[in-house]
This record gives sequence, C-alpha cells and structure tokens, in this order.
Amino acid sequence: MISLGIESTAHTLGIGIVNEKEVLANESSVYSGEGIHPRKAADHHARVLKDVLNSALRKSGVSLENLDLISFSQGPGIGPCLRIGATAARTLSLRLEIPIIGVNHCVSHIEIGKFTTEARDPVTLYVSGGNTQIIAYTAKRYRVFGETLDIGIGNMQDTFGRALGLKFPCGKEMDNLISKGKKYLHIPYTIKGMDFSFSGMLTEALKYLGKEKKEDIAFSLMETAFSTVVEASERALAHTGKRELLLTGGMAASPRLREMCEIMCKERGDRFYVPPFDLCRDNGAMIAYQGMIEYKSGKRMRIEDTAVKQKWRTDEVDVTWLS
Amino acid sequence: MVIIGRGAEAILEMREFKDLYFPSRDLNIKVVIKKRVKKGYRLGEMDLHLRRSRTVLESRLIHEAKKYVRTPAIFEVDLDECYIVMEYVEGERIKEFLEKIDSERRKNICRKIGNMIGKLHKNGIIHGDLTTSNMIYRDNEIYFIDFGLGEFSKEIEKQGVDMHLLKEAFQSTHYEHFMEDFENVMKGYEEVVGEEKKREILNRIREIERRGRYVRRDSLYNKQ
Repeated sequence: MISLGIESTAHTLGIGIVNEKEVLANESSVYSGEGIHPRKAADHHARVLKDVLNSALRKSGVSLENLDLISFSQGPGIGPCLRIGATAARTLSLRLEIPIIGVNHCVSHIEIGKFTTEARDPVTLYVSGGNTQIIAYTAKRYRVFGETLDIGIGNMQDTFGRALGLKFPCGKEMDNLISKGKKYLHIPYTIKGMDFSFSGMLTEALKYLGKEKKEDIAFSLMETAFSTVVEASERALAHTGKRELLLTGGMAASPRLREMCEIMCKERGDRFYVPPFDLCRDNGAMIAYQGMIEYKSGKRMRIEDTAVKQKWRTDEVDVTWLS
Repeated sequence: MVIIGRGAEAILEMREFKDLYFPSRDLNIKVVIKKRVKKGYRLGEMDLHLRRSRTVLESRLIHEAKKYVRTPAIFEVDLDECYIVMEYVEGERIKEFLEKIDSERRKNICRKIGNMIGKLHKNGIIHGDLTTSNMIYRDNEIYFIDFGLGEFSKEIEKQGVDMHLLKEAFQSTHYEHFMEDFENVMKGYEEVVGEEKKREILNRIREIERRGRYVRRDSLYNKQ
C-alpha cells in the first residue's frame, strides 16, 4: 500500500509518501517570519503545496495514479493552516478516487517514532513549538500524563529568541548560544506532578536581558526548562512502569535535551530513543504512515468527516490500530 | 537495611530506630529514611537546590499537618544528603482495609477520611497525592503518609485537584461501592468546611473532569 500524507498544522507544509516498509519521500517547506502569522502561514502553504507535492512524487518515484490512500493532519493546529492541507487532501482523494483519512498530528509523531526506532511501548516526551506533552498508551488510548499548563517549550524558546533579535524559528542559534553559556542564573523551576509551565521562566529570563550575558541567560533558561520536562518524563516512567522513553517533536533537535534524556534513562536502566530528525519535526511522512496504519485497522472516512479539529486532543483519539 | 520503595525522585529505606539513635535503649521502632537522590541530568547547583527545598517542604508539611491529623513522627532532616528520617507507620493500608470491613464501618472510615482532609484544606495544606495507599490504619487511627507532592495553599483549584485525585483513586480501586464511599468522604469533608465550600469543591471537581484531560468526553468536533 502506498500512502501520501499532508502535514499543515503550523509552520510546516510537509508531504510524505510511505509504504509498509519504509519512507519513500519526505519533503517540506517551512514558513518563516516573526512567529507564525496564521493567514500568512496558510498563504505560504497554499503557494508551495504544488512544488512540495511534485518533489515528493519525484523523490519517491511514485506517480499520482499509484497512490492508494491520502492522509492529512486533521488537528490539532492553526485553523487556516490546517484547512490548506485538508482541502488539498480532499481534492486529491476525489480526483484520484482513493480513500481519505484525517489523523491526529500528535499521535502521528509517536507512531512514526515507533516505526523508525526500536521503541515498542514507550513513554513519549513530545516537545515542539505548540505542544509539550508526556504521553503513554494505557487502557486503549494515548493518555496525556503531563503537559504544559501554558505555552509550549518551543514557543518559549522562540519568544526568547525573538527578544534577542533572532529569526524564527531559532532553535539552531539557541543551541549555539546555550553551548557557550557558563554561569547559571536563577530561573524559577515550575513542575506540578507531571505538569510544567514555562511562562514564568520566560518572564524571568527576559528580565535578565541587558544585565547578564545573553549566552548565560539562554543557557540558564533552557537548562531549567529541559530539567522540568525530563523530571516529569522520569515520573511518568516510574508511574506507568514502562521502560522506554521516546523523544520527538521539533525540540528533539536540541543536543542538550537529548543528553539529559539519555542520562536520566541510563540512571534508571531504561532505554532511550530518538527518531531521525526529519521524522521528529513536523513532517508529511508521519501523517502518511499514520493514515496507512489507521486505514489498515479498518478505519474509513467520508469527505463529510474531514472537517479540521483545531483543538483535537491526543487522548480523544480512538486507537483502532493497537491491540 | 531494606529498600521498601523507589520512586522517580526518592528511595525509601527501612531501618531500626535503635540502629540510628539510642542504641542502649533497645527501642523497638522501625523508621523510614526517605532520600532524594542526585540526578545526573541536572546541573549540580540546580539539583542540590531542588532536592534541598523539597526535603524542607515535605518535612514542614508533615510537621504542620500533625496539628490536625495523624502523620509519621519526624526524627531527623538532613539537608546535605537530602533525607528525612521518620517513623515507619506499621499498620494496614486503607486500600486493603476498606475492602474487608462491613458497610457500617466503611461508612465511618470514609467519613473520617473526609473529615481529616477537610481539616488539612481548611488549614492551608494540600496533600498532593491522596490515594488510599497513602493512608494507614493503625490503632483505630488513620495516618496520612507521603507528602512529597504536597504544598501550602488555600487555593480552591488545588483543593479541587486534591479531592479529584482521591475520587479517582476510589473509582479505580474501590469501584464496587465507589459512589457511596465518596459521598461519605464528602459528608465528612462538609462537617469541617461547611456546605457552601463543599459545593464549591464538587463543582470544581466536575470542572477538572470536564477539561478532558482525565476522562474520555465525546468530542464536540466528532459530532459534526
């Protein structure tokens, strides 16, 4: 079976093509500006869609006629962006007369992680711009054991980066700054059970601007933020009794975060996995893969069922593909 | 030395009181050492600061709560190694105890639990992990243990989450008489905090449940 997936929840328009064995293509174009302007980001997606689609087809060597399924990210995400992907998916499905499946973006991150690593039943630390969640599968659902009570960790990093004058998204520049930081400045450490919150850290870090070196502020801010999510992940591992941690989402690119997860797992004797980075950040391949496993588990959708769900929660997804 | 528990942040060890203090007095008491272990992933200074402040907070909560309910006696608090030595409450967990007593006694125990939580909340103490495994029955008294996730607060949200956690614990472990038991807990709670406050808490529990975080709700979107 060959499945094509369209990702358009936020700043990335991604198109991926997969079959049961491997990822055949995973192309994308990222909107860049000062943060994400919903309409401008949607315009960007609409503009680049055709090119990204063509390059995915070219890379995979698959023609439109050979596709068996169209998948798209139905939510959660930014409405105008989601609608671009959904519209393209409906058009392709009707035109090619092949089935359509709308999937949950967060769950897709986990499943592609399990597909491309040796993780089987992990606790997932999902860290990106908009989402920061600790998820594990229990009692037939992907349950959120911990999550941010306010903004996503990536959102915090980007907002801080913007105050420094860095361009959005600023992950790489921030990683660079962090590695040069030496002095730890006090930043409030907010964790409540398995939940965490980042807005207080951000406020405090912004107060240091102009008084301390920006490398030290960036280092202290991210060191604190990472510590809270790693601690919450450890609590989730202890709570669920699971022995694997899967790190995914755009922030999984951070070398320091990976290192912290690795140390934590090593100290517990648990295993740690990170998918290849192109499959950690928002991408079309994970959507294609998710649609495929849902379709094969018997799920079907009519065009009337494909309206986008901006606030679709991870724990609301009917998990039909796992026993 | 016997390790009796290993959580995400602490190790619990059981020891003999006389091995630690007054060896000549032959006091037959068991103690628990709760030690917050060093985390290699955290910066050293941040790690020490967190383990220290949490050890202090937990000791203070146990000590302060003792004015209103039964809690273990604290023998020692060490802020360099970040451990608390406290009494090992030798008894039966309410979790098992509730399942083997008749309905009249169960009713009384539930009321008493509600009563005690009412007192804690009224005095600004949030337990943070209210389950029937964290309550021990000994000599006709109920002891509250493990304040590791607790805090000092009078916020209704925190009290609501506290009661919500207890409700969930009853629902999952004592499901046969869950409705009746929890009602009795709330009756006992009301005796201390009053009717209006009880209603506020019940409303808050409903609101917490509705957030969808904890229970399956039929998504508004799926109904399209």
